[in-house]
Amino acid sequence: MPVKLHVDSVSLSFGGIKALQDVDFQVEAGEIYAVIGPNGAGKTSLINSINGFYAPQQGRIIFDGRDMTHVPPYKRAELGISRTFQNIALYTNATVLDNLMAARHIHMKSNMLTGALFWGPAQREEIAHRSIVEEIIDFLELEQIRKSIVGTLSYGLRKRVELGRALALEPSLLLLDEPMAGMNIEEKEDMARYILDIHELQGTTIMLIEHDIGLVMDISHRIAVIDFGVKIGEGSPDEISKNEAVIAAYLGEGEH
Amino acid sequence: MANIHPAGVFDTTYEEDMSVDRTARDKLWKNLAFVALLVVPLLSVSGPLGLGLISDQYVGLIARIAIFVIAVQGLNILVGYTGQISLGHAAFMAIGAYGSAILARELGFTFWTALPVSALLTGVIGLFFGLPSLRVKGFYLAMATLAAQFIIPWVLRYPLEDLTGGTRPLNVPAPLIGPFGSYADDLIDDTTPLVFQAGDPYLVDVISLELTKVDGAHPVIELHNPGGDIVPAGDFNMTVFRDAGGKITGFSYIATKPGEYAITATVEDGAAFRARARRGKALSFATETAMYYIIVPLSVLLMFLARNIARTRTGRAFISVRDNDLAAELLGINVFGYKLRAFFLSAVYAGIAGCLLAYERNSLALDMFRLDISIEMLAMLIIGGAGYPLGALFGVTFIRVLQEAAIPALRPRLLEILPELFPFIEVVNITSAINPVLFGGALIVFLVLEPRGIAHRWEVLKVAWKIRPYAY
Repeated sequence: MPVKLHVDSVSLSFGGIKALQDVDFQVEAGEIYAVIGPNGAGKTSLINSINGFYAPQQGRIIFDGRDMTHVPPYKRAELGISRTFQNIALYTNATVLDNLMAARHIHMKSNMLTGALFWGPAQREEIAHRSIVEEIIDFLELEQIRKSIVGTLSYGLRKRVELGRALALEPSLLLLDEPMAGMNIEEKEDMARYILDIHELQGTTIMLIEHDIGLVMDISHRIAVIDFGVKIGEGSPDEISKNEAVIAAYLGEGEH
Repeated sequence: MANIHPAGVFDTTYEEDMSVDRTARDKLWKNLAFVALLVVPLLSVSGPLGLGLISDQYVGLIARIAIFVIAVQGLNILVGYTGQISLGHAAFMAIGAYGSAILARELGFTFWTALPVSALLTGVIGLFFGLPSLRVKGFYLAMATLAAQFIIPWVLRYPLEDLTGGTRPLNVPAPLIGPFGSYADDLIDDTTPLVFQAGDPYLVDVISLELTKVDGAHPVIELHNPGGDIVPAGDFNMTVFRDAGGKITGFSYIATKPGEYAITATVEDGAAFRARARRGKALSFATETAMYYIIVPLSVLLMFLARNIARTRTGRAFISVRDNDLAAELLGINVFGYKLRAFFLSAVYAGIAGCLLAYERNSLALDMFRLDISIEMLAMLIIGGAGYPLGALFGVTFIRVLQEAAIPALRPRLLEILPELFPFIEVVNITSAINPVLFGGALIVFLVLEPRGIAHRWEVLKVAWKIRPYAY
């Protein structure tokens, strides 16, 4: 399997706080890779560094064999990295449809002028991308709410819309930041099913951050564990569940 | 707000689902409204048909509303859709206004070429004042754009005084189509005046003088009426043409009032002067009625274009920047690029509005572009509904009608009642306070009752009407 994403000894600090220290791992194309760790371990900082929102002081982010350390965030999205956010970051005053269509941005060509005329190629383009977005709406069962304003939707639905928006980019690497946070069992199972379906149907490489260890063990191929900004373990779910350092970080030493 | 169709109308294609006017009835209403707008000046007192059914005041009111709809729609793109803010919108209008006037006065541009050129110039300057949006948001950006409101009028007033006339009003030539051909070729000099007959105000005589021989001092060229008096500046338009070195090469006169005129040239002792005069007929837009037919269709067109921008790729990028700039950047939208596009587009709209204002008034003064006009335009947008396609139309119409029709109508009655109610306030203070107090009061009532703007209320009403007699 070729390497999709290589986080090459990345260190990130905010003043005196070391959010990430020499974190190094590789995500292979077509796998579901999970990063777990206690609160404040640096998981979201890691995703933000991959995205380009944070600039690590040391190390490199290599995506598809290309050094992306100095590529601006929006260009990384154009190259195929998409994500969801821990605290939902949708366009709240727009409809579900517009949220998904907005994520088609990088695949569309119309500009101010052609869009203003809304005629010929621009209109055909809108329709073509609308049908792609409708497939995603169909897949995530959002038909009933496609024209609802996102701000009026429930938390669980918004999480799903956000996954839809991330998919509308047609990413080759999907970063999911706590996709199941704050959900009940049923919603979590739905979300897990969607993640597995995306992986199976589109072959998308998925890197996810999650707190629910049981669920992570069930769906991911490999897991990395981060604690205090340091990677303390990596391996298959079975290996992780037996890893002494991981058990210590999660359960406390000498208490099991 | 879901787009609700009448019972029995279903969308079967995405094209139908996207259309703004889904049913024939929607289209009919819109077309009827447009035709009604075009008919208004024909019925007015000084309209070409002379029917006198509508007061001229309303023709001017609609034209000014249409101009400000363009400007406020520009602000809507920036503030309503993109979530940036500008306190310098009136200054951008000033660039469009003075830019187009100077292009026409000094460089011989016609209105038709000055309009796009000055609009683009305003756009570029808007782009420049949008640069701070890279680093600052909200109140800080408001302060940064306030700089435009101070710098631009200052530049127009002092460094460019030679071109703009500084604090003095600047005459703006009327837009013309033509002149068609030249039917006369006369020579005038210091002893032979050129006498000509001006026709009706829509088809005017354009006389251009090409100086062929000037020795010594520049001649004093004047327009006289048959009585020998100098014609007042408001009754004709004059443009001076200069060469690259600033030397006068010609003049162009357009008489806008019917009558007989004579162009004379007087020179100081010993100087010689000769000019070739070309006369032609041109379709003139010097009157308010005629300008109406440029302003209103252009305003409708620009509203249409803005609406399409808002519902396609660029508009969705604007909305993404407004609602969540972090998510937008991480999902492939060049946030800074789109902020700049919004500043550009917004300034282009302001520039077009400024240019139209200049040509509608025939005269320009820096006073027309003060800071309070910028703030008034923001008030119009917020009352109308920021981020709604019709927000600008509702906001401008509401405030303009309030200021120019409703308050003047109420005023005499209030002047009777109020001095009795408030005997402790001097009458002169009441007189001067009525307009601002009523205006401010209406704003507050509106913001409390419908903070999302009239356009939002309009959409709610439309849905309620379509699903009647059911409540939900």
